[in-house]
Amino acid sequence: MTSLSALLLLAIIVTDLYIISTGRLGSCIRATALQGVLLALLPPVIYADSTAEQWFHIGLMSVGTLVLKAGVIPWLLARAMREANVRRETEPFVSLHVSVVLGALLVALGFWMGKRLPLPVPIGSPLLVPASLATILMGFLVLVGRKMAIAQVVGYLVLENGVFIFGLTLARALPFVIELGVLLDLLVGVFVMGIAIHHISREFDDIDTDALASLRD
Amino acid sequence: MRDIIIHLVILLVLPPLLLGAITKTKAFFAGRSGPPLLQTYHDIYRLLRKGAVYSTATTWVFRAGPIVSLATVMIAGLLVPFGGNRATFVFAGDMIVFAYLLGLGRFFTMAAALDTGSSFEGMGASREAAFASLAEPALFLVLAVLAVLAHSVSLQEAFGVLATGTWGQMAPVLVVACIGLAVVLLAENSRIPVDDPATHLELTMLHEVMVLDHSGPDLAFIVYGSTMKLFLFGALLLQLVLPAPVLLGAQGVGLFCVGELVVAVLVGACESIIARLRLQRVPQFLVAAAVLGGLGVTILFAGGLR
Amino acid sequence: MRLYLLLGLPAATGVITFFVRRVRFQLTALLASAVIHAGLTTSLWLSAGDLSSGSFLGVDAAGLLFLSLTSIVFFAVSFYSIQYLLRGTHDAPSGLYRFVPNLLWFLSAMTLVTVSRNMALMWAAIEATTLASAPLIYFYRRRSALEAAWKYLLICSVGIAVALLGTFFLGVAASASPADSPGLSLTALINAGPRLPRLWVDVAFLLALVGYGTKMGLAPLHTWLPDAHSQAPSPVSALLSGALLNCAFLGILRFYQVCVAAGEGAFARSMLLVMGFVSIGVAAAFLVGQKDYKRLLAYSSVENMGIIAIGIGLGGSAIYGAMLHAVNHSLCKAGLFMLAGNVLHAFGTTSAQNVRGLVRHSPMTGTMLVVAFLAIGGTPPFGPFVSEFTIFSATIRGGQLWLGALFLALLAVASLGMAGVILPMAQGTPANAVSPPRKEATLSIAPPFVLIVMILILGMYVPAALDDLLSRTVMLLGG
Repeated sequence: MTSLSALLLLAIIVTDLYIISTGRLGSCIRATALQGVLLALLPPVIYADSTAEQWFHIGLMSVGTLVLKAGVIPWLLARAMREANVRRETEPFVSLHVSVVLGALLVALGFWMGKRLPLPVPIGSPLLVPASLATILMGFLVLVGRKMAIAQVVGYLVLENGVFIFGLTLARALPFVIELGVLLDLLVGVFVMGIAIHHISREFDDIDTDALASLRD
Repeated sequence: MRDIIIHLVILLVLPPLLLGAITKTKAFFAGRSGPPLLQTYHDIYRLLRKGAVYSTATTWVFRAGPIVSLATVMIAGLLVPFGGNRATFVFAGDMIVFAYLLGLGRFFTMAAALDTGSSFEGMGASREAAFASLAEPALFLVLAVLAVLAHSVSLQEAFGVLATGTWGQMAPVLVVACIGLAVVLLAENSRIPVDDPATHLELTMLHEVMVLDHSGPDLAFIVYGSTMKLFLFGALLLQLVLPAPVLLGAQGVGLFCVGELVVAVLVGACESIIARLRLQRVPQFLVAAAVLGGLGVTILFAGGLR
Repeated sequence: MRLYLLLGLPAATGVITFFVRRVRFQLTALLASAVIHAGLTTSLWLSAGDLSSGSFLGVDAAGLLFLSLTSIVFFAVSFYSIQYLLRGTHDAPSGLYRFVPNLLWFLSAMTLVTVSRNMALMWAAIEATTLASAPLIYFYRRRSALEAAWKYLLICSVGIAVALLGTFFLGVAASASPADSPGLSLTALINAGPRLPRLWVDVAFLLALVGYGTKMGLAPLHTWLPDAHSQAPSPVSALLSGALLNCAFLGILRFYQVCVAAGEGAFARSMLLVMGFVSIGVAAAFLVGQKDYKRLLAYSSVENMGIIAIGIGLGGSAIYGAMLHAVNHSLCKAGLFMLAGNVLHAFGTTSAQNVRGLVRHSPMTGTMLVVAFLAIGGTPPFGPFVSEFTIFSATIRGGQLWLGALFLALLAVASLGMAGVILPMAQGTPANAVSPPRKEATLSIAPPFVLIVMILILGMYVPAALDDLLSRTVMLLGG
């Protein structure tokens, strides 16, 4: 099923590029939810040749990812967006047109790095490591290039997704490490960040992190 | 010899039918019955019999524009294989000649528009130039994907290498190439979401503006040439999707023609469903297509799929 | 068993104090937990036998060292917090009752970092420390505190995510030979060292250095540190600088151990050297002309973390110096932050230009502040001088004279920068103090006093037990 997993990974990269290119926060959040769905589909596709008990584990991972990344977290973000009353990224640090081109370059960089790091025990599609590295890099780009707090959280989520994709290579060798690691991290991190955004939107009048720049030397 | 005749017949006869198919599809979506399928043929014939009116401010460029654009498209058509039919001219690098022939035609259309001396046509020409400069890299990147896959820069061989198994193996790359090519198709043929060919509001025209002043046989050439361009891009897309062995032989030709009509219907559906993009969004759209093409090339080089 | 108590008791007490909202009860519980934690840690010192054999929890020399530091600093901080919470603060916080539970959970998380033997568990523990400390930073509901907490959360979470990727890379290296994969257990990884694919170990270390280095405060990933450490309440800042940075450093050390076992020690050391020097350089630049004395202390933490990184990076005898410096810095910086808390209470501002005549106003605090500054600046006969000198002499012995000269130069600039801020604060007449000069509360003086005395002692004589522990740690790190 390498072709199907390759298609899924490609779709994930395309959603990354979409997130980079759009300034509408609602679209960003929906794209993150879509990524969550794609990520939930990856474990069963990659580990299609599993024993019955392994299937239970994989099913758990899939369902957990789906509920969290495609359900709970986008819902929390959408709620934060409504409370803070923002719709668009007004003036990002890196303009959207430039980000798309940068994103393409980062994808190329991710693939280049992926070529240097061949997995000792090949698992799944050969696109796995490059796609994860590309996603991580693009998550960084969104994180660094945007001003809106919600957009930065979306960037962090994309970064996490990239780490998750990489972690899938270890799902069989080191079971339960992946889920525990990433899902716990994600859930609590975003939950706490959601609270932080809530306080920020109450304290300041918007969640433009330009206002969060008073502490400097 | 037989191949060449079939090739020429399809190239010359089929394209206006595509335009009819598109119009019929749009009418269907709008709940109308629309003009008959063969209307474009009647239109072309009618225009050919009319007289042309030339402004005194224009020069030979204005008269040459439609002729050159039709000629270039026809020659480009000779380079594209149709299904199992070998292209009439096959040589290394014909991919690039194809792209640049179309570019030459576009140049003369723009020159003819500028030749009228009207600022309105000039606006259309400048918009066309801007969007073409973004659509061309996208087209080249998609062609690059094909070239790398086939290790050859000839259209004939590039499509020939797409066996049935290639989709299974190279699916991501081909999907990306298809999407990129679809976007280029819409952009180059001035379809929604890039441009609205049916608009009669002058300020929303892009391509229509350039050809506003042509009449009679010139207009006939332009209409005919645009249908042929759509046909050629459809041919590229079709052969990307369908593997080469399927399109061989007589039933291959039939399948090819049906496939072209399907492409036309899809374009019509696209036009009916999607709204036209704001002018500032079109460059983003085209850059996205280029990025997708670049993604395909990157995956080919470094994805380890081969 | 003791380890479970060490972890569970603060956590459980935290839950209890979260629900029982009486301040005095909370403070009693806090003190009790600190005492029990210190007692359990001492018993670990005294127990013979190898405690590091568990696959998930265990205590080796490095773990015990940092656990003890955490315990001591927490002990001091809990005593200091009594008067800190009871005297009222100049920024009225809501949710005063969240302070103690959060502190206890913070302690539990840091303990877990020091006793983890599994890389994934350690990662989760470091993540838990971020989450436990964020509410503490945002304790005073000020705009600036919110900004600091947001930056802290965002940047540290990104760092943790990168560190997770590094852990995954290590996992890939471990599962290269699926038959006898060491998994993510530290002991097994070290034993399997030579077998691990070196490229993956290299990149794993690099990612861990960047990821955990963000939490440790190495430049250029340190941007959250001055904000967080200066906006947090002073006892929290003491804990952050004195204990949390060490925990992050321990994370890097674990990866370093695997690197050394795999034969990539030289690569790891060179990376540490680079980041160490960058940290000292950046810190020195921002220390000069710093206007806020709490930010000054925070940048000093960055500088000292750089020194520790350089110590490890040089290898050999410098590793001993680095670990000794970790001890010295924790104790000294905790004391400094507590003293800063006293200054803030007396003068109502963290701006150094508005504080004058500290020695006249609060003699004990003022004198101790000057003494502690001298200590952290590397003056003999205090502890930091010894550790910094050990590191410096390693550069001479190793023939890297340029590095040694650069090291000294940067340290000098940093010390002078700090002097330019602290000394004027101490001298002069107190013109704009918020509270009148009066007898300073014992509990606000005693904890920093004890810590500074410890530094003084360490400068002249390293107790045999500590020396033994440090040597064992150095052996663990392949020195």
